[in-house]
Amino acid sequence: METLNFTFEGGRALPPFAPALVGVVASGNLEVLLEPAQDATCRVAVDTSARGFGAIWEAVLRDFHARHGVAGIAVSIHDMGATPAVVSLRLDQALAAIAGTAEEA
Amino acid sequence: MTAIADSPWTRQRTNRAARLARAGMRTKVVPADDIVALLEALIEPGDRVCLEGDNQKQADFLARALTQVSPERVHDLHMVQSVLSLPEHLDVFELGIASRLDFSFSGPQALRLAQLLGAGKLQIGAIHTYLELFGRYFVDLTPKVSLIAAQAADIHGNLYTGPNTEDTPAIVEATAFKSGIVVAQVDEIVERLPRIDIPSDWVDFVVRAPEPAFIEPLFTRDPAQISEIQVLMAMMAIKGIYAEYGVQSLNHGIGFDTAAIELLLPTYGERLGLKGRICRHWALNPHPALIPAIEAGWIESVHSFGSELGMEDYVRARPDVFFTGPDGSLRSNRAFCQAAGHYACDLFIGSTLQMDMMGNSSTATLGRIAGFGGAPNMGADARGRRHASDAWLKAGREARDGLAGSRGMPRGQKLVVQVVETFREHMQPAFVETLDAWKLAEQAAMPLPPIMIYGDDVTHVLTEEGIANLLLCRDDAEREQAIRGVAGFTPAGQKRDRAMVERLRARGIIRRPADLGIDPRDATRNLLAARSMRDLVRASGGLYRPPRRFRNW
Repeated sequence: METLNFTFEGGRALPPFAPALVGVVASGNLEVLLEPAQDATCRVAVDTSARGFGAIWEAVLRDFHARHGVAGIAVSIHDMGATPAVVSLRLDQALAAIAGTAEEA
Repeated sequence: MTAIADSPWTRQRTNRAARLARAGMRTKVVPADDIVALLEALIEPGDRVCLEGDNQKQADFLARALTQVSPERVHDLHMVQSVLSLPEHLDVFELGIASRLDFSFSGPQALRLAQLLGAGKLQIGAIHTYLELFGRYFVDLTPKVSLIAAQAADIHGNLYTGPNTEDTPAIVEATAFKSGIVVAQVDEIVERLPRIDIPSDWVDFVVRAPEPAFIEPLFTRDPAQISEIQVLMAMMAIKGIYAEYGVQSLNHGIGFDTAAIELLLPTYGERLGLKGRICRHWALNPHPALIPAIEAGWIESVHSFGSELGMEDYVRARPDVFFTGPDGSLRSNRAFCQAAGHYACDLFIGSTLQMDMMGNSSTATLGRIAGFGGAPNMGADARGRRHASDAWLKAGREARDGLAGSRGMPRGQKLVVQVVETFREHMQPAFVETLDAWKLAEQAAMPLPPIMIYGDDVTHVLTEEGIANLLLCRDDAEREQAIRGVAGFTPAGQKRDRAMVERLRARGIIRRPADLGIDPRDATRNLLAARSMRDLVRASGGLYRPPRRFRNW
């Protein structure tokens, strides 16, 4: 196991939203939990079964933040060796899920 | 008779007669117990021998028999066979029976082959493609003795090869018509064959094997294992390449990436209104994953290299789609299907393990000598092709637009698509600066690095990040950035020139899912026309009977 933490500055604060959970903790897959955060950053905590991929995680998450520019959000990831493609897809799915709840709210 | 025997023009025929006389068998059908003695009588030291090892069907009984001959009598054989699949295929080298090898593919034996080569137990002539090796059977690698496999024989020695005809016709044609000797193992000897695939006067001996010939199901992909990323890439292939070029005739590789495409035709393809406009004619083994598309009326014809276990009854019930004999069962033929795939198909799509920044790809990995089977013939522009189709013409126009002189001469081009997720299992990057093939060539003293598909034949690279259209690249710098631009978060992808990649995207050389109107979040497994083996069985109306290992119900 390896724990990695990243904080990305900038971006627009999201309107209030209910926490969203997508994905599954299974081999080659991951679980992504999005929760509202008080500060104006995007904080990401990664628990991963695969050691030594910090640089790739940073690149994938930086790309996610660059594409969506979201702030006021805490991202928790439980990873079981997902490829970057799956990570990006889950993050996009999670963001779409909270966009849904924000509209309902 | 002596006059004929002494003629300098009929030595091969005389030699053949001497071998048959040594064998001393009065009937074509010989008892299984006599097989080792028969081989010792028929085979001479230094002979070229084809021990039929196909992609799927194996002459396993004859392979075991060949390992039992006395190396004092039979030695220095030159084995010429397409696939090394069984341990016996290499045992003959370890035992000192054979010493030289020409082949096409050695998947399961690749590691041991490299070890034996390193230990000096054999010399490799060359690693061929299937068509090359078959071609050389008729030029300078004609087998003197061929040990083949068929499903059944009659007492005259006519052979029924059943659905897995595969390499047999090419092997027998070359051997029988050049004064060689053909020995066939069969599963059964019957009074009347369902059909005759090989006529008896091309066959010298038939032996009933105690067990049916081994056939491996290589083309069955359980839809349950197809990932959302593979669904996404399949959507991009269908919308961004198949629809774009109007691909009518094609060949698919054997991986999950292409199985996903097959399973998306009747769902996603249907939604895009593409039925009847793409994917009508195939050079393909009877992939179970194609069943839903066939049932939905997408597929007009499928010609096959070999068969697939469990598909027999389904194929038999769909003779309008598959090539079948008067007995109803599939007639496959690797040589013809390879020719069809090379010359008559608009598109090949397949996967790879490594691709470099010029688009050269290889599945060769260190310490293994595997070969590529038919992929290089499928995945190469057919320079001799002359008939036009919309897809071929469009690809050719894109490659030549704006060029003058010899490079501007109008002609078509085959679409050769490499579909790869940027990272493979265990986070191995699929994109690399230097292929392992270079090191392997050095290790094994090969004349060239073992490249599966050359970069200058690849027209499109498809990853989860996008499609790079290499036809539109005008120089190697553009080609390099087009590939880096879809190489995702691999080290090679992160080294991209971002500004140039954006310029390539503006020119349509790189297309992201969004550029194709595809939202990756729509790429769910629900799009698959079958999501399990059971779904495939259901789609076939119960005609498809998967081998036990694929059944979990």
